[in-house]
Amino acid sequence: MPSENGSAVNGADGAAAPAFPGLKLVPAAQEPSKAKDFKSDQEVRWCPGCGDYAILAAFQGFLPELGVPRENVVIVSGIGCSSRFPYYLSTYGMHSIHGRAPAIATGLAASRPDLSVWVITGDGDGLSIGGNHLIHALRRNVNVNVLLFNNRIYGLTKGQYSPTSEAGKVTKSSPMGSLDSPFNPVSLALGAEATFVARTVDSDRKHLTSVLRAAAAHEGASFVEIYQNCPIFNDDAFEPLKDPAERDLRLLRMEHGEPLTAGGRGVVADGFGGLRLAGPEEAGEDAVLRHDAHREDPGYAFALSRLDQPAFEHVPIGVFRDVRRPTYDALMNEQVAEARSAQGEGDLGALLASGDTWTVE
Amino acid sequence: MTKKVQRLDRVIIRFAGDSGDGMQLTGDRFTQETASFGNDLSTLPNFPAEIRAPAGTLPGVSSFQLHFADHDIMTPGDAPDVLVAMNPAALKANVDDLPRGATVIANTDEFTKRSLAKVGYASDPLEDGSLSEFKVSRVPLTSMTMKAVEEFDVTKKDAQRAKNMFALGLLSWMYNRPTEGTQGFLKSKFAAKPEILAANLAAFQAGWNFGETTEDFAVSYEVKPASLPPGTYRNITGNLAISYGLVAASRLTGLPLFLGSYPITPASDILHELSRHKRFGVRTFQAEDEIAGVGAALGAAFGGSLGVTTTSGPGMVLKGETLGLAVMTELPLIVVDVQRAGPSTGMPTKTEQADLLLALFGRNGESPVPVLAPRSPADCFDIAVEAGRIATAYRTPVIVLSDGYLANGSEPWRIPDVSALPDLSVDFAEEPNGDGGEFLAYRRDPETLARPWAVPGTPGLEHRIGGIEKSDGRGDISYSPANHDLMVRSRQAKVDGIARGLDPLEVDDPSGEARVLVLGWGGTYGSIAAAVRRVRRAGGSVAQAHLRHLNPFPPGLEEALARYDRVLVPEINLGQLSLLLRGRFGADVTGYNKVRGLPFKAEELAGVIQEVIDRAE
Repeated sequence: MPSENGSAVNGADGAAAPAFPGLKLVPAAQEPSKAKDFKSDQEVRWCPGCGDYAILAAFQGFLPELGVPRENVVIVSGIGCSSRFPYYLSTYGMHSIHGRAPAIATGLAASRPDLSVWVITGDGDGLSIGGNHLIHALRRNVNVNVLLFNNRIYGLTKGQYSPTSEAGKVTKSSPMGSLDSPFNPVSLALGAEATFVARTVDSDRKHLTSVLRAAAAHEGASFVEIYQNCPIFNDDAFEPLKDPAERDLRLLRMEHGEPLTAGGRGVVADGFGGLRLAGPEEAGEDAVLRHDAHREDPGYAFALSRLDQPAFEHVPIGVFRDVRRPTYDALMNEQVAEARSAQGEGDLGALLASGDTWTVE
Repeated sequence: MTKKVQRLDRVIIRFAGDSGDGMQLTGDRFTQETASFGNDLSTLPNFPAEIRAPAGTLPGVSSFQLHFADHDIMTPGDAPDVLVAMNPAALKANVDDLPRGATVIANTDEFTKRSLAKVGYASDPLEDGSLSEFKVSRVPLTSMTMKAVEEFDVTKKDAQRAKNMFALGLLSWMYNRPTEGTQGFLKSKFAAKPEILAANLAAFQAGWNFGETTEDFAVSYEVKPASLPPGTYRNITGNLAISYGLVAASRLTGLPLFLGSYPITPASDILHELSRHKRFGVRTFQAEDEIAGVGAALGAAFGGSLGVTTTSGPGMVLKGETLGLAVMTELPLIVVDVQRAGPSTGMPTKTEQADLLLALFGRNGESPVPVLAPRSPADCFDIAVEAGRIATAYRTPVIVLSDGYLANGSEPWRIPDVSALPDLSVDFAEEPNGDGGEFLAYRRDPETLARPWAVPGTPGLEHRIGGIEKSDGRGDISYSPANHDLMVRSRQAKVDGIARGLDPLEVDDPSGEARVLVLGWGGTYGSIAAAVRRVRRAGGSVAQAHLRHLNPFPPGLEEALARYDRVLVPEINLGQLSLLLRGRFGADVTGYNKVRGLPFKAEELAGVIQEVIDRAE
């Protein structure tokens, strides 16, 4: 039965700040769990070498940290390779239809604040057919976590270009090169007024886990882009970010309060409201910005997202933005509570007999 | 001066004016006065989709027709006895519907050269004799209203706008309506604007006084209350009745109501209404589009809410894929389609019944969905409760096909005793149901074939559902040929089996000698019943049956079709039910089909029925 007030509430019982404010209405688990408790009995059927395996393992390893019972975790996905995710987790799940997972998750999360709801989507599912639902779920700030696996290709339909494929990509459906300019998913999410936006990489389990942790802690919609390798149709798409010799030069690891640097260069203001990377000889150490993920104005986070270069010359990863705004589900449930306290619990007989009535003897 | 009071058994009045003239409000108030007086009644609002079409033009004409009587009536009436025309456009748009001898009350202030020219009148019809077959009352409504309100501190515009209250006052006098309700209504509507309130009350009173004193109106009329069955009544539109029915279904099932909806004419009023009832635990979600509306409702249903989405034809098409997902996941869901004239945008404010086949078949694969259709505005309440029953008992999406006529039309509704409504309480799965202590999400109830509904938060019953075919019992992904065949047939058998719990089709055949059956569905009930009455009064024998369950059909339909020599099926489409009856039963039925965006007229249908009877002789 959907309960509107979980009895044992995560982190709301003591003085200490909860580890996961985003789960404050979810009951706490009676016993600690392990990664294996979140594995279902289904055989995992992604292609060998698929980045989804690494994400799944990291996710299963991370879920016990939440301290919530697995029956209160729900995974909702759309269609695509990534959307097979729910079958491999022993939680509640719905493998829904193409692009609609954010809408379905919105109804679930808004009516069941006692659940930890995760949306698993991909660059085709979330940014093409489901782009509308994604931006609206983000602007509403529904308390769901959206993990967008970005492999920059359509995998399940066998290799057509996606809305994040680089322009000119040669695929089965674009033999002379694709004509579309790609989305930057982080810029898109920020433009949609998302309150939490982050990026991570499938191959860096430690970083991936830290971003999942921050997303779960966030109250409201969190959007996480995960660069994910498709070994069959777009292999090595993110290779420059994975090569041990190269990656530290290219990855700009954002940590709140820390200087923004990559490969010996630092992020500085460009004088036009944007940001750029500059070497130490050009910009003194003082000019390098310290990361502030909590800035209300999304312009700064947007400028960070524009540091991306087509060939991964440098790529920020970590949390771009993490700000507080009332969540849609909390506001919706507050209105219900407010109506009840102002007018009393609804009386069906009185409702039906409201307005002008007359009696026939 | 005492005036003569003439008794009538029924009257049809049509108020017509510019869409900014407040004709819907005027009609609605007259209806409330009539309802509280105890007449039986039926209403038909008819308005343009444009919010404010250019003033004084034919596309801008908005009208409201009311039929009231001292006996029970079935329809808003074919032809008005009285037309109130607030301007030349209103006259021109409606005059062809008037029978000889009808009364026209025209606002002469608006019959200027310019206004006449705007709608193509070369000369003034009030003066040129072209209305000679009608009784024409020329009333300078606007100027008399202005005079009546001149002592109040209101703008010229607000003074003019009160002219609909003058008209209402005049008509209220003519038909001896009680006026307290309208006065009370105005007081609450304009509570914050005392000067405008005073002006409207004065205009209303002036209209009444004008009727009483002027020699133009020598007679007033009286229509005695109807002898309806005992009970407490209110007037109700279809959209309001659906809203109340959904709240009732939520209470009766014990499930919180979640409405996901995107605004669309003529369904939006259900969203508006339900958003006002949060204290019943109702959550309304105005989605970014039709797909998100139904998606959110389905997500809420997964979580244990009574998920509902409301729409009209174009939105219905967009919801198709999610409906298929609801069929596959076997979750309860109510989808209300308030049908309007299509295809595409069609005529948003006009009625039609052409979404029947869409509701039955408009999805990929074998995708059976129960379909219900209310037969009158008040019946929308019962159908919404019935949709809640079927959806939750059988774990299935249910489509309700209302229509624009039912949605905005109204009739008296005997308010049901809440304690007499059915108990629809739902049992969620709480325990594993497998022989080995596991949970089998697709192990069916042997009686209903419904699968267990285990909501997130229930320990030990964690499971995954989705759009991919699932194995019988366990509910794992399955591509097995035999399993798919079994699941397709099981879903069909589940929906077919709903018929076992339905009352047999009622056939109204009082003489027992009829050789012709008239069979309709949904919103045409009133027109058909009124036509059948006419035929019987004229000595004809005809049987009538009406379908509220379109999928599955109620028991007894096939027998009824076989029992009569001829079966006439009137529909506001090109023969969709006829096609189903021929396909399902091989029945030889005769369709009568019109798609004018308006309900059938009883007189016209009576003629059609008589013709079929004559041919059957």
